[in-house]
Amino acid sequence: MKYVDEYRDAARVRQMAALLGRVARRPWVLMEVCGGQTHAIVRYGLDELLPATLELVHGPGCPVCVTSVDLLDQALAIAARPEVTLCTFGDMMRVPGSGADLYAVRAAGGDVRTVYSPLEALELARSQRDREVVFFAVGFETTAPATALAVCQAAREGLANFSVLAAHVRVPPALEAILAAADCRVQGLLAAGHVCMVMGYAEYEPLAARYGVPIVVTGFEPLDIVEGVYLLVRQLESGSVGVQNQYRRTVRREGNAPARRLLDTVFTPVARDWRGIGSIPASGLALRPEYAAFDAAARFPALPPAARAAPACLSGRILQGRLKPPQCPAFGSRCTPEHPLGATMVSSEGACAAYYRYRRAAAQEAGP
Amino acid sequence: MSTPSSAGPACPLPLGEYPWVVLAHGGGGRLMAQLIERVFLPAFANAQLDRRHDGAVVRLASTRVAFTTDSYVVQPLFFPGGDIGSLAVYGTVNDLAMCGARPQYLSCGMILEEGLELQVVERIAASMQRAARRAGVQLVTGDTKVVERGKGDGLFVNTAGIGVVESQIDIGPDQVRPGDVVLLSGDIGRHGVAILAARESLEFEATVCSDCAPLAEPVMALLAAGVEVHCLRDLTRGGLASAAVEIAARAGVGIELCEREIPVLEAVRASCEILGLDPLYVANEGRFVAIVPQVQAEQALQVLRAHAETAQAVAIGRTTAAAAGQVAMESAVGGHRLVDRLSGEQLPRIC
Repeated sequence: MKYVDEYRDAARVRQMAALLGRVARRPWVLMEVCGGQTHAIVRYGLDELLPATLELVHGPGCPVCVTSVDLLDQALAIAARPEVTLCTFGDMMRVPGSGADLYAVRAAGGDVRTVYSPLEALELARSQRDREVVFFAVGFETTAPATALAVCQAAREGLANFSVLAAHVRVPPALEAILAAADCRVQGLLAAGHVCMVMGYAEYEPLAARYGVPIVVTGFEPLDIVEGVYLLVRQLESGSVGVQNQYRRTVRREGNAPARRLLDTVFTPVARDWRGIGSIPASGLALRPEYAAFDAAARFPALPPAARAAPACLSGRILQGRLKPPQCPAFGSRCTPEHPLGATMVSSEGACAAYYRYRRAAAQEAGP
Repeated sequence: MSTPSSAGPACPLPLGEYPWVVLAHGGGGRLMAQLIERVFLPAFANAQLDRRHDGAVVRLASTRVAFTTDSYVVQPLFFPGGDIGSLAVYGTVNDLAMCGARPQYLSCGMILEEGLELQVVERIAASMQRAARRAGVQLVTGDTKVVERGKGDGLFVNTAGIGVVESQIDIGPDQVRPGDVVLLSGDIGRHGVAILAARESLEFEATVCSDCAPLAEPVMALLAAGVEVHCLRDLTRGGLASAAVEIAARAGVGIELCEREIPVLEAVRASCEILGLDPLYVANEGRFVAIVPQVQAEQALQVLRAHAETAQAVAIGRTTAAAAGQVAMESAVGGHRLVDRLSGEQLPRIC
């Protein structure tokens, strides 16, 4: 498989790890931003191949994990309405709101469908004019352009029974929130390659300069990640701070211009709540007023925010790299994939899910 | 911190928070195991069932008979490489074969939905007959029910089967010993990808055909050759990973697998890559693992490779005394990880 096999080649990965071993002299704390990278690291055991002086901490790049409970509850309430077909990505199905998840809503009679693309939801709206089709739009800048495209097409066709519950989030404001924290330990960042494929990486340059933290735009295969770490450590060891692009086969500095235009046409940045972290200015994407007719949040009456018990879930700290999953007292005991306290335990990009699935034995030994 | 084991009858994990049956209860993962452990095992409690094998081996007079049943609800009814009928025959035949039995007689229970075209029923019946002939079994009894339109999904099939266990050896997870070799009968993931592609009308460059096939012949050949087979398990829902985890937990041994040795067809790998699925967890309908003593592993491979259905058989790992109940994997790049059961079904990723 071209573009996959050569980046999973064991010999090349080991060669790159050896190169890294020769440049890494001091201890460094590095954060991989994207949950896809976290899973690759744990799945392939890449941390075993890295010098022991490097510490990898896991970042906020799991869109499912950071979707706020209020938004989830809203989606669950909309999905339970008899006139609604709610479509979303498979990842969202098992994420708990303050009560149920979408599987439970479906088992109780709600019409909930998993789709691979918002355009499938649009197609459903075309073919079922008597149903309200709502797309629960989750994801970073990677998936947002497809949502924007669906909204544009719905507007062009005058599809009145289609709407979007927008939960899209932006990476740079979240990184800024992490780097700006007084107790931030992160010294270098592996930026998420697929977000940068859309957005480019020019917007990361002021971040790197302001906080003195080098950033390497990195892919998702084993060789990508080890090379990304190598480039990062080389900058750190030489005292340079800049943005480098490891994922050159996919990412350009200016990103994907048509996709960015589409985003600007349909969405506008707004403050958004991140689950477990809190509100981050300009970190969400909401529909522009011109597209308000397609806003499911406006179409369906909002719920009063649910009263919540004190959170036993520490996912907010995990999403900011302050805590590793095995360090959470609930990990593997009160919190499991069957009985998750937070989304990081169920999402396929969640750090807790990665440790539970690939590292339980090690976590057991290292756990408190 | 008390961390629960991933499986086993005394699993302390709570059974989710679902007051209803959800699809994941049928996905072959942890939720399904919990449902069985919490509801069915206590309700039916007996020694045969507690062995948790693909079928039960019971003694009728002086003959050891294997007995099993399975229901088939696949959509679409017809898919590249097979249909619900051939699947229903091979699935049950394979469960019998995994008990070391030569499959002989099958029953066929049909649940038909009002409005289903008769020619569909005819095509499926003909396909079942062809499959039965290929597998060397007869469909000797049956039952037909019709449910109102909207109360079924076209057609469901249940088959039960019996076969005679000719060999004197016991086959099951409790026979597995540390130091055994884990053999895999061929490449994995074809059936799941074929179904998904047909269901979602996904078009890939190469059509992936289901691996749906009868496995009794190669298993009989292993036994006839004198291979002291310790455990057999066909890989169905939940894929190779779930089968390995189940065996490790039941056998009380560790299993170490080597990712590089596990064959996956290029087209299956590419499809899984695009869909965000791990082939280790994707369904198969014509593959099994055999756990055999190390001294007979090479001989077993030679026997398997002489049969068309198992021509690509390979050794993929071994059992260990350490890390009992767990499956570890050396990744393609040399790192290590745990292989665990999924909660339910694999969910497509967002990005």
